[in-house]
Amino acid sequence: MSAPSRPPVSLRYRTRQALQGYGFVAIWIVGFFVFTLVPLVETFRYSLNHVLVSATGVEQTFIGWQNYTRALFTDPTLVELLIEYTLETLLSVPIIMIFSIIIALFLNLKLPLKGIFRTVFFLPVVITSGPVIRELVSQGATTVPQIAQSPLVLDFLAQLPRALRNPVEYLMTSFILILWFSGVQILIYLASLQKIDRSIYEAAAIDGASAWESFWKITLPSLSTTNIVVAVYTIITLSHFSENRLVRYIYAQTYDIKGGIGYASAMSFLYFAALVIILLIVFLTLRSRAARV
Amino acid sequence: MMTFHLLKKTDLAGWQAHLGRMLSERRVFLDRVRGFLLGTRAHYGLLFTLLVYALLVAIGFVYLYPLLFMLITSLKSPADLLNPMVQWVPTELYLGNYVKAFRVLNYPSTLMASILVSVVPSVLQTVVCSIVGYGLARYHFPGKSLLFVLILVTFIIPPQNTVIPQMLTYRQLGLLGDLWALVLPALGGQGFRSAIFILIFYQTFISLPKVLEEAARLDGASEARVFLQIAVPTALPAYIVSVIFSIVWYWNETYLTVIFLEGGIQTLPMQLSRFVQAYQNLYPPGTVNIFDRLNEAIKLAGTFLNILPLLVMYFVLQKWFVESVERTGITGE
Repeated sequence: MSAPSRPPVSLRYRTRQALQGYGFVAIWIVGFFVFTLVPLVETFRYSLNHVLVSATGVEQTFIGWQNYTRALFTDPTLVELLIEYTLETLLSVPIIMIFSIIIALFLNLKLPLKGIFRTVFFLPVVITSGPVIRELVSQGATTVPQIAQSPLVLDFLAQLPRALRNPVEYLMTSFILILWFSGVQILIYLASLQKIDRSIYEAAAIDGASAWESFWKITLPSLSTTNIVVAVYTIITLSHFSENRLVRYIYAQTYDIKGGIGYASAMSFLYFAALVIILLIVFLTLRSRAARV
Repeated sequence: MMTFHLLKKTDLAGWQAHLGRMLSERRVFLDRVRGFLLGTRAHYGLLFTLLVYALLVAIGFVYLYPLLFMLITSLKSPADLLNPMVQWVPTELYLGNYVKAFRVLNYPSTLMASILVSVVPSVLQTVVCSIVGYGLARYHFPGKSLLFVLILVTFIIPPQNTVIPQMLTYRQLGLLGDLWALVLPALGGQGFRSAIFILIFYQTFISLPKVLEEAARLDGASEARVFLQIAVPTALPAYIVSVIFSIVWYWNETYLTVIFLEGGIQTLPMQLSRFVQAYQNLYPPGTVNIFDRLNEAIKLAGTFLNILPLLVMYFVLQKWFVESVERTGITGE
């Protein structure tokens, strides 16, 4: 029997399967419309309006793109924060990734006591909440003071251009914090390292490859898809973190008299756009690297 | 002349043999030493092992530095705080900071609120995500790839792009400050990081063998029964991992909870973020003596009390945390 004229039984089976599938995912589709799509569209509408919330309800006056132009051209804070956010994220992501790979490689060795180290390196995932981090940062617990306040570092910072100074300072003052964001990433790398076939390493060793060469020629290429997953996860975690300065600024503007919901919504969308651009940059870089190997 | 030459030659040969033996013994010995220190193909060398341990301990210390700092500072008495000689070892075990922080945080009731606010949405979110993940893993239907894209999109959209209309709606419905404000999105599979859990369940169910389910289907079991009686029990590890991660993330999430629970339930992290204010309500400045003023030790004691329940949970369920990724198989395929 030729493919186009399938028996009706099979067709019925397929529709039945589809219906059953929809039955399982229906709850998500409803949820998506109610809790994501509608609020997203609504937020976009707010961003084009001047929004006043009173006891009786929400009053909106349409003002077009004014909230956006104000955020981009009148308000100096937002653009500055956006640039800082972009630079900080683009700096932190490679640091977190490299750090996680190194730790995962160590923990992948057959060493006694590695379970303890695994517990240590995963611990921050459990305790990083916004207020806890804020307390720790404000008490200076997230940096090694001897490094961050040494004259050498301060001199170095003073020579940097203004746009770069804040991100680098952020690196210095929150170095431990950045490392604290690597817990899940270490586990993901560890799991993918364990999936690499040992026999490839043995074959390479017989052909005379050193451990160093094996790492660059076998281990790293095998991690290329994992890299993308880890990078995306890291960017999202950093960007959604409630202590992110941009997130806090937008939150503060929501309840500000001068700001308001409309303005905050416009900024949220600008922030969203920046996030998507960062994701695209990182995704394309990593994918081209993955394709080349 | 000839004999002398011969004699010399044999002598030389013997000497050479001796030297050769000595050298080879030396080489074997050196090889052993090198193998011991630098490692061979069969095992890691001592130097290498020591280096790795040293690095791991050093990084581990840096990693735990904030926690150690917090724990030690929180045990310092006001006198110790002012004494520049006291860095790492307090002169006495001072628990007064904890007593104050306990009162300021209103610990028993905020702790219960935190447990409620993290456990209930987590369990519901896990159940919903498992149903959705099962549907995606086991059935073919048009629009499935679109659904995957949308699930990823929900992961990417920053919360501030959807939170305000929801907040206003809840306010109209009188649900603001109520547990429902967090439960409803979780029920729709739009809870905090739901996308990750859906993907975890998708991975889990797609790697489970289909045979049992098909056998049950042949015996006339309905789809819901196949899911509940066969798929769910086999995916138990994924459920445990999802629930505990979800609890941790809900516990630590403050952006959404602050907005949704405004004026209602007070969780531990929320109370911590208004610690200074709450402290001044309990111990008004100006009326208390100098030792009862708010200092960093009290704040850090509060912070430690904040993470204590999670630390306990972490050390009890350690295996489930550190083996979570292996158990659920998310590595990016």
